[in-house]
Amino acid sequence: MADREYSESSDRIIATEPVEVRRYAAHTRINHWFTAILIILLILSGFALFWPRLFFLTGIFGGGQNARFLHPIFGVVACLSFLLLFLQLWKLNLMRREDVVWASKITDLLAGHEERLPELGKYNLGQKLVFWGMFWLLLTMVASGLMIWQQFFPDLVSIPVRRWALLVHSIAAVLSVLVIIVHVYAAIWTRGTISAMTSGNVTGGWAWRHHRKWLREVARRQDSPPAE
Amino acid sequence: MSENMAPPPTTAVSNPPVEALAPNLGDGDIVLASATPNLPPPTRQLEKLAKLIDISKCIGCKACQSACIEWNDTHPEIGVNFGSYENPHDLSSEMFTLMRFNEYEDPETGNLDWLIRKDGCMHCEDPGCLKACPSPGAIVKYSNGIVDFIHDKCIGCGYCISGCPFDIPRMSPTKHVVAKCTLCSDRVSVGQGPACAKACPTQAIVFGTKDDMIAHAEERITDLNGRGYDHAALYDPPGVGGTHVMYVLPIGDKPELYSGLPADPKISDVVQGWKGPTKSVGMAAIGLAAVGAVLHSIFTKPNRVTEHDQVEAEEMVEDILGPVETAELATPQDEGKA
Amino acid sequence: MTNSWTDIRNTDLVIVMGGNAAEAHPCGFKWVTEAKAHRGARLIVVDPRFTRTAAVSDYYAPIRPGTDIAWLMGMIRWMIENDKVHWEYVRNFTNAAFIVKDGFGWSDGLFNGYDPETRSYDMSEWDYVIGADGFAQVDMTLQHPRCVWNLLKAHVDQYTPEMVERITGTPTDKFLHIAEMIGETAAPDKTMTSMYALGWTQHSKGSQNIRGMAMLQLILGNIGMAGGGMNALRGHSNIQGLTDMGLMSNLLPGYLNMPKESEVDYATYMSTRSFTPLRPGQTSYWQNYPKFMVSFMKAMWGDAAQPENDWAYHYLTKLDVPNYDILRMFELMNDGRVNLYFCQGFNPLLAFPDRGKITSALSKLKLLVTIDPLETETSRFWENHGEFNDVDTASIQTEVIQLPSTCFAEDDGSLTNSGRWLQWHWKASTPPGQAKLDTWVMAQIFLRVRELYRQEGGVFPDPILNLNWEYADEGDPTPDELAREINGRALTTVYDTTDPTKVVVEAGKQVLNFSQLRDDGSTMSGCWVYSGCWNEDGNNMARRDNADPSGMGVYPNWTWSWPLNRRTLYNRASCDMDGKPWDPSRMVIEWNGEKWVGNDVPDISPTAKPQDVGPFIMNAEGTSRLFSRAMMRDGPFPTHMEPFESPVPNVFNAEMRGNPVARVFEADVADLGTSEEFPYVGTSYRLTEHFHYWTKHNRVNSVLQPQFFVELSVQLAEEKGITNGGWVRIWNKRGSVKAKAVVTKRIKPLICDGKTVHVVGMPIHWGFTGNAKKGFGPNSLTVFIGDANIETPESKAFLVNIEPSEEPVA
Repeated sequence: MADREYSESSDRIIATEPVEVRRYAAHTRINHWFTAILIILLILSGFALFWPRLFFLTGIFGGGQNARFLHPIFGVVACLSFLLLFLQLWKLNLMRREDVVWASKITDLLAGHEERLPELGKYNLGQKLVFWGMFWLLLTMVASGLMIWQQFFPDLVSIPVRRWALLVHSIAAVLSVLVIIVHVYAAIWTRGTISAMTSGNVTGGWAWRHHRKWLREVARRQDSPPAE
Repeated sequence: MSENMAPPPTTAVSNPPVEALAPNLGDGDIVLASATPNLPPPTRQLEKLAKLIDISKCIGCKACQSACIEWNDTHPEIGVNFGSYENPHDLSSEMFTLMRFNEYEDPETGNLDWLIRKDGCMHCEDPGCLKACPSPGAIVKYSNGIVDFIHDKCIGCGYCISGCPFDIPRMSPTKHVVAKCTLCSDRVSVGQGPACAKACPTQAIVFGTKDDMIAHAEERITDLNGRGYDHAALYDPPGVGGTHVMYVLPIGDKPELYSGLPADPKISDVVQGWKGPTKSVGMAAIGLAAVGAVLHSIFTKPNRVTEHDQVEAEEMVEDILGPVETAELATPQDEGKA
Repeated sequence: MTNSWTDIRNTDLVIVMGGNAAEAHPCGFKWVTEAKAHRGARLIVVDPRFTRTAAVSDYYAPIRPGTDIAWLMGMIRWMIENDKVHWEYVRNFTNAAFIVKDGFGWSDGLFNGYDPETRSYDMSEWDYVIGADGFAQVDMTLQHPRCVWNLLKAHVDQYTPEMVERITGTPTDKFLHIAEMIGETAAPDKTMTSMYALGWTQHSKGSQNIRGMAMLQLILGNIGMAGGGMNALRGHSNIQGLTDMGLMSNLLPGYLNMPKESEVDYATYMSTRSFTPLRPGQTSYWQNYPKFMVSFMKAMWGDAAQPENDWAYHYLTKLDVPNYDILRMFELMNDGRVNLYFCQGFNPLLAFPDRGKITSALSKLKLLVTIDPLETETSRFWENHGEFNDVDTASIQTEVIQLPSTCFAEDDGSLTNSGRWLQWHWKASTPPGQAKLDTWVMAQIFLRVRELYRQEGGVFPDPILNLNWEYADEGDPTPDELAREINGRALTTVYDTTDPTKVVVEAGKQVLNFSQLRDDGSTMSGCWVYSGCWNEDGNNMARRDNADPSGMGVYPNWTWSWPLNRRTLYNRASCDMDGKPWDPSRMVIEWNGEKWVGNDVPDISPTAKPQDVGPFIMNAEGTSRLFSRAMMRDGPFPTHMEPFESPVPNVFNAEMRGNPVARVFEADVADLGTSEEFPYVGTSYRLTEHFHYWTKHNRVNSVLQPQFFVELSVQLAEEKGITNGGWVRIWNKRGSVKAKAVVTKRIKPLICDGKTVHVVGMPIHWGFTGNAKKGFGPNSLTVFIGDANIETPESKAFLVNIEPSEEPVA
């Protein structure tokens, strides 16, 4: 039998000529986009409450009171949704030795010499950092968010702690937006990526170019005899 | 100014006007508004006002609390006794002012002081609530110094609660708007003094121009010095730019004794950091990241999959699986095995 | 008050003892803060608790409840010993120089002539030596061993500071510090004002507490002075009016006496009221008693009161006992000897002592009528409220009729404040629901009763049938009509007594004031002291001129003050023997060589020469009294008496319990507890957030002070395992209550006679009706014994025990 070290069980080659690989199952994609939509709503409502010039965005939610009411609810739902995503993805996002080598040669990547980088499994370091970044930032935001959730937890923490929570929450929000920008731009810049989250599939070339170990393992797993 | 408009809000005189007057405090008097970077300049400068609370004259009778409830038509709940004269137990969105009681024994003399302080909004020159508020115009400061909450614009976030260095604003759990002492801006705008000052039987609460109140306080401090209160002082903390509610404190060197009146209040550095650098640096960082991405996409080639990559992939797959038709591809072998 | 509220701002020193002015009289206390702020006046508070008044005081000392006499006598002793005496004042304006009969004496805590069987003194020796000239003998050098001054010196001699501490628990150093402060006001140009209230009256020797301070004030020369005086702070907006109008069982309006059973006719009644001067040339204003009495009788019965029928003297009820005070009434009620009780503006179930007895007594009535704006506990005494009113409703057969009445703002009328100002007020609101004015209710009842007498006759219908009832609407007398009747008018034309051709007042006109009243039936006046309130100048009570020409807060044209719009009583005493003010900077009145002039209405005949006539014109002596002769049942000098329930025995006589001449009903003796069973001293009081049992019906007041609590020291709480904010039970033989505990540093254990004494303070404001949380009152625990002279219940000192407890079940 083939070890599954670089791939999820649902990953598989679904076509050979040309090669196409299933990268994300339908439920993962739904999960991702659900989370993404919530995060967009969170950004819109959160930024409205953070930057006076963006306060008009509360109009999207039917005014300041509604935006204030909805934002933490979005937050909790987003975190639960992300939690599901996390449970699906965390294992393959654990750091590996080749990530260090990969990181050390990041300039080659940007210069268009990806071939000089080591072969990778399902995720490169950038993707992993986005994953873990979002994980920790969301955790931070949900924790600090509860502390400043006036409507339901008005007395959870003291006012000095609450001030820190507000500061931490806003810094985490800014950082998470930066992470999301990196995430989105990387997906765009690395052509052929977005289909992984839309159709669920990537081309064999994309897989070979960016996640060769993953492609190899997926192929090998399909070569193995059926389980007993 | 129309015939029956009140004179510009200055001071409560002993016999304030009794005729109906139009309020004379408006948008043109606003000098600071929350979340409003481009506030138009005020159309006039009103005289600075202040309420002076002379703790040495205060008998803790709570007439001020009572007047506050009546005037503002609030409905604090009838609670229980918690082992103190303080009732209600805390400020609330229905109780804008509260007598706080502290029993203090001077460690040197052993003498007891029952320190009674009327707690409530201090109307800071540099209001932390206003700084923290995200809703444009929900908190305003008038040029006479009154800091007022505009309930229609309040979104109920509670940021002002964190912003306030004195722990004053309270959220209504039902209306989801925050409330506090308005310094009776509605009364002041028609030439009356605050309800609490009006009700105070011993004139421990007086109201007038800030200059007059400071002068009055000086007299009181001289009197207190003559009664053995060598450290009697005016509480007008510079850390918040001074306040429009001030205290005469007999034990002026230890304001904390008065139920935790902060010795040197100022807007917390954390709040400053949140509303200052985090906002500006955060905005800049996000902007830079977005611009950087755009520029990168313009000036560099995207990372494309090449024909070669596709060929290599097909070779790799064929090497492993052998020639397979798409339709023959098996489902993953280890499904359910993990 | 001898002075007025506004006069307090003229003082140099305020002593609040036996009261809690800031808390119970916050609006009047304003004048203390004025005196402090503008005159640099100092404020002393002496109280078992560190009160809200103490919070703004310059000096505070604790005292054990019920020991004020020892404290005050100690203070007088210190003043004499340290020559802090206003000698000229004492010699001329008090009875210090009067020689007292040889039989008067004091030993073992008792005066001469005590009879334990009758619980009374033989007072015949408590009087002056009357000389051959018919006047009291005096020794103006104060050398005579039997002069009042030397008797006083001897009397107070045992109250050394150490003895004061032993009895009262006030530490000697604090006592001496206060003595120094008070002593300064012996200077002619320094004054002290005494502000007191129920902390002094609600004792079995309340009258003597007040006398103690009055004597001190006289020795310091502070009576009659601006910023001086004995200032009783009245507990209701109109309780001064209540006493003025004679709403006491033994009084008629204007402090005239209700006749006794022994005074069978008018001549007998008047024979003991001749009030001839005891010194040559004195005024002895009560000589006018017949004028006031006849005018009152004419107001009552009009044409039915004629000289031939003793002015209808036989219509008056006669007292068979000294007093039908509230204690006696409820004692009789509890004995089943009262069938019908009208309870108007009163809440006995919470106000009167020994609530268990009150409940039992009310349960024995056939009919209880309450006339009140509120649902009082009394009107609901039969209703079971769990632990809060644990009665067996089914067993109570009393029929209760509640007649809803109005509050002050729902009617015109006047309120008489502590400073004797009759302040007219105007209706601001229409009474709610079926509420009716008290006057309407009384008139309607009267008309129906009179009709019954008309139809059915009866044993003695005359006083009812002949009652003068001259109102435009018989069923609804107006406040204006009543006020005019109180002022009085000429029934026939009144002529000058010295010049019979000179008309003083035309028939039918309002009299100017009581100086125009006559004893020949030509005038009528409902209450002579109020005469002048509504004369031909109109309603003087409605005056609202706040001009203050003297700058001393006299406000002579603001409302009207009895008597004669005089703001400071005994103001002649503010001047020396030549009529020059002791303190020219605070001149009240002065002698200009021909007459008395100044900033107030002189309390003396305007042309009475200063050397001739003494300043205390109501007294036959012309002076004030350090020695009160036989006028007080419990002695001519105040002497230390323990409360009936006391943690320590009387140091002078361990056998003596309470006031030896106070009336004690047989049935209550068994309910008195000892300090062995009930080691802690309970005391009752008001809080500023509430007014008696009324404001708990008001939402705002209920918010500000929602729940019954008791206050106790940190030390006692530790000893008993009581936590702050926790529940406690407080009990004695008469009852048991549960309360929240407020553990405070403001009450400290006292050391009295070597014993640690803990005080438990109990505010009075809670019951089982109204908006506030249900609670109890201290009257469940207080003793059913009153002051020996006026029967004010001893609610300020009683014994209790205390323990941690659980929330009561409603």
